[in-house]
Amino acid sequence: MVKDQEFLEKKASYCLGLAKKLGATESSVIVNNSVSETVNFRNKKLDESNRSDDLGISITTYIGKKKSSISSSNLLDDNLNILIEKCVEATKNTPEDEFNSLPDKDLLAKEVKDLSLYDDTHIENDQKIDYLKKLELAASNDKKIVNTESSFTQNKSNFILANTEGFCAGYKTSSFTASSVIVAKDEKSMERDYEYSSKCFFKDLDDAGELGKQAADQTIRKLSPKKIGSEKIAIIFDKRIAKGILNTFASAISSSAISRGTSFLKDKVNQKIFSDSINVLDKPDIIKGLGSRNFDKEGVKTDTLKLVEQGVLKHYLIDTYNGKKLNLKSNGRFGGTSNLYFENGNISFKDLLNSKSKSLYITETIGHGSNIVTGDYSVGATGFLVENGEFKYPINEITIAGNFKDMFQHITLANDLEFKYATNSPTMMIEGMVVAGK
Amino acid sequence: MLSMNNFFEKSDISRSEAENIVSDTLSKCDDGELYLENTKSETLLLDDNKIKNSSYNSDLGFGFRAISDEIVAYSHSNEISKNSLRQSSENLKSTLKSVKGTYNHEIPKSNKKYYDNINPIEQKSLNEKIKILNEVNNYLRSKDNNIKQVTANFLGEQKSVEIIRSGGESLTDVRPLIRFNVSVMLEKNGRKESGVYGVGGRQSYDFYLKDENWKSVCDEALRIASVNLESKPAPAGEMKVVLGPGWPAILIHEAVGHGLEGDFNRKKTSAFHNLMGQKVASEGVTIVDDGTIDNRRGSLTIDDEGTPTEKTVLIENGILKNFMQDRLNARLMKTRSTGSGRRENYRHIVLPRMRNTMMLSGNQTQDEMIKAVDKGIFAVSFGGGQVDITSGKFVFNCTEAYEIVNGKIGSPIKGATLIGDGPSSLKEVSMVGNDMMMDPGIGTCGKAGQGVPVGVAQPSILINKMTVGGTKL
Repeated sequence: MVKDQEFLEKKASYCLGLAKKLGATESSVIVNNSVSETVNFRNKKLDESNRSDDLGISITTYIGKKKSSISSSNLLDDNLNILIEKCVEATKNTPEDEFNSLPDKDLLAKEVKDLSLYDDTHIENDQKIDYLKKLELAASNDKKIVNTESSFTQNKSNFILANTEGFCAGYKTSSFTASSVIVAKDEKSMERDYEYSSKCFFKDLDDAGELGKQAADQTIRKLSPKKIGSEKIAIIFDKRIAKGILNTFASAISSSAISRGTSFLKDKVNQKIFSDSINVLDKPDIIKGLGSRNFDKEGVKTDTLKLVEQGVLKHYLIDTYNGKKLNLKSNGRFGGTSNLYFENGNISFKDLLNSKSKSLYITETIGHGSNIVTGDYSVGATGFLVENGEFKYPINEITIAGNFKDMFQHITLANDLEFKYATNSPTMMIEGMVVAGK
Repeated sequence: MLSMNNFFEKSDISRSEAENIVSDTLSKCDDGELYLENTKSETLLLDDNKIKNSSYNSDLGFGFRAISDEIVAYSHSNEISKNSLRQSSENLKSTLKSVKGTYNHEIPKSNKKYYDNINPIEQKSLNEKIKILNEVNNYLRSKDNNIKQVTANFLGEQKSVEIIRSGGESLTDVRPLIRFNVSVMLEKNGRKESGVYGVGGRQSYDFYLKDENWKSVCDEALRIASVNLESKPAPAGEMKVVLGPGWPAILIHEAVGHGLEGDFNRKKTSAFHNLMGQKVASEGVTIVDDGTIDNRRGSLTIDDEGTPTEKTVLIENGILKNFMQDRLNARLMKTRSTGSGRRENYRHIVLPRMRNTMMLSGNQTQDEMIKAVDKGIFAVSFGGGQVDITSGKFVFNCTEAYEIVNGKIGSPIKGATLIGDGPSSLKEVSMVGNDMMMDPGIGTCGKAGQGVPVGVAQPSILINKMTVGGTKL
């Protein structure tokens, strides 16, 4: 069982009290507990069970404008005494930084709304096994499937965030996650693909059979890929890849990258950075949303932000420290975005495929090829050649490259947005990128 | 052992009670252990002219593992207590309720140690470390007016582990690890570029900081950023690639390293699983994975199952010789562990992983390689890489590279991703240099959500054909 609010609050207030006694002028503390149970299957048989019970505490102490922090998994008072003493000592020895402070009191969240983020249902290991049996059975229909590995995880978490401004709040969250990784083989090739479903509530999780079948189909269609020549061609990003481009955008507008001057989007507020029709939202109060929250990791309330309106950048993602540096108020984005998404475009997925006589549909990228200082983008990719709206054949061992500054201006979105992850995008087409192949 | 962590000192359970629970839980299993870990780590970060972060972490916990045939049951917790250990034991037993095995007691012994039993964090005071970070900042900013941002950080760690096996056998290790990183951003005529460099290993800070040799780390980061400021768009398409010595061995790590890990080969999901004894690289290419080099980032006295590490020959003169094994995969593949069983920490299960992966020297020179290329690129510094072990396709991202035109090094080119096919790319190696070099000691390898410190090394090599992911057609 995940620890209750009372236990976490007791630890939090003990730490704040002790820090004050030892000479801290301000402090904040997060105490969290997370209990996860995972069962893994491989080739229709039980492969692994894994139970984890993680406790954690992190404390930040301030002496005026000096700041230091400690974290530990050992919550025994003996250990906390030693660590907090060490933390206060380190604070004294750390140089001042005029922007160090707790959040402005009037920005702290006043209420904790019930966003339906916790499902009390407990899924026993035997039930997980039943789900995985059904999943792997559906995934193993085709003779070309040579390996299946599937996993079911139940996670229950609870936390308390407290600071010396009187803030003290936290709540339970849960997640149920199923995934399947499939390997298929033919005479010419061996390929891997996957499918995944994660929800706050067990009853919302994808049907096991559907998930297994989808993972298998997606893998089989990748077999016997070809390598194509180098050319400039329209790229269509599958939703699972398009969301990554949105995440890169989010890191480029984080107040830390902006205040340090290390983002290609610095000084771009109120400028048009995307094509006309693009809107980007960050909405923290979606019921059962995978990224939903009442406040950020500093306790600052998080309201919905329309980050991009008709292609124009409207906000950065601001935390207290970098906000003070930029002379802007925190908008509750310490730790990044909540439920971040592109609003739907106005053409269907089918029309998007049909819009070019020839395009590349990308289902996976590898490598860390996004540079937010310059905006340069270059990654390895696999996918399919699309001609006149039809998937012709699978493609691999190519790279796709461009610069986000140009790419953002040439985005067309389909109208097939769904909320599968915390960050979501409809299928996305970008024109003008370069494919390197043969 | 005086300096060893006593995990039961502050607990309500004695060592002998814990040993009894371990023996009882594992009695019908093929393998398993109680793994105890205590890690102390410190991060100090200077950024934007200020000390941005000074933090200390103390992490304590255990992971209890039971294995029967192919099935692994695992349970971990932060609380080393009677109650918590019993609960974990029940959890393992319930997963393995209907199985039966014979416990394997065999663990090779060795007295060799590859690093000293030190706590690097305590060897230098906070004030001394802050002073050096400020010196780094001032040194760089006074060196070049185009510098717009400097980030420098120290990461220090001491990890104490104990492995208790059925019957009470205990194996211990204390592992120091440090890292010093510098990153700079330059801006000139509206253009911004960055450069990153770092050093590290399993020894004290002093080794890296004495005689102000931190200056060479700063100089290298600045040099890379300056080169990039002059870079032009990288070419797109297949061409010849010359890789410099040292850190570019990320190629070896991605192209063949992961594909030779035991788990993927037991499951037959690696592109290499049916190539044992066959030619997978050009003649003259020998690759080893070595955990026994003194003070290196990827070295280990014992792995996380207690097996002493070794120098494992993976590819000898082009022929595939060995996979890297942990105990589980070794047993199922009827071979022995190569001391490659590793985990990020007690929260994770053991997997076969790389340590220091190295391609050994040949006898050609880098000059000969450059001269042999009409049109291609010369890649010197890399950011990282990734591989799909099933299709064998791998990428790595260069952060410093030049074009080669008619046998001569030309202009610098922008960072680009290089992509290749693992089982075939090493057959395209046509020259192996005589200049093998270790990396500076900053690599972290990710697998199944677990990061572990690793090293790489290689001489300069010429690859006949790779796809360069630039934008210039």
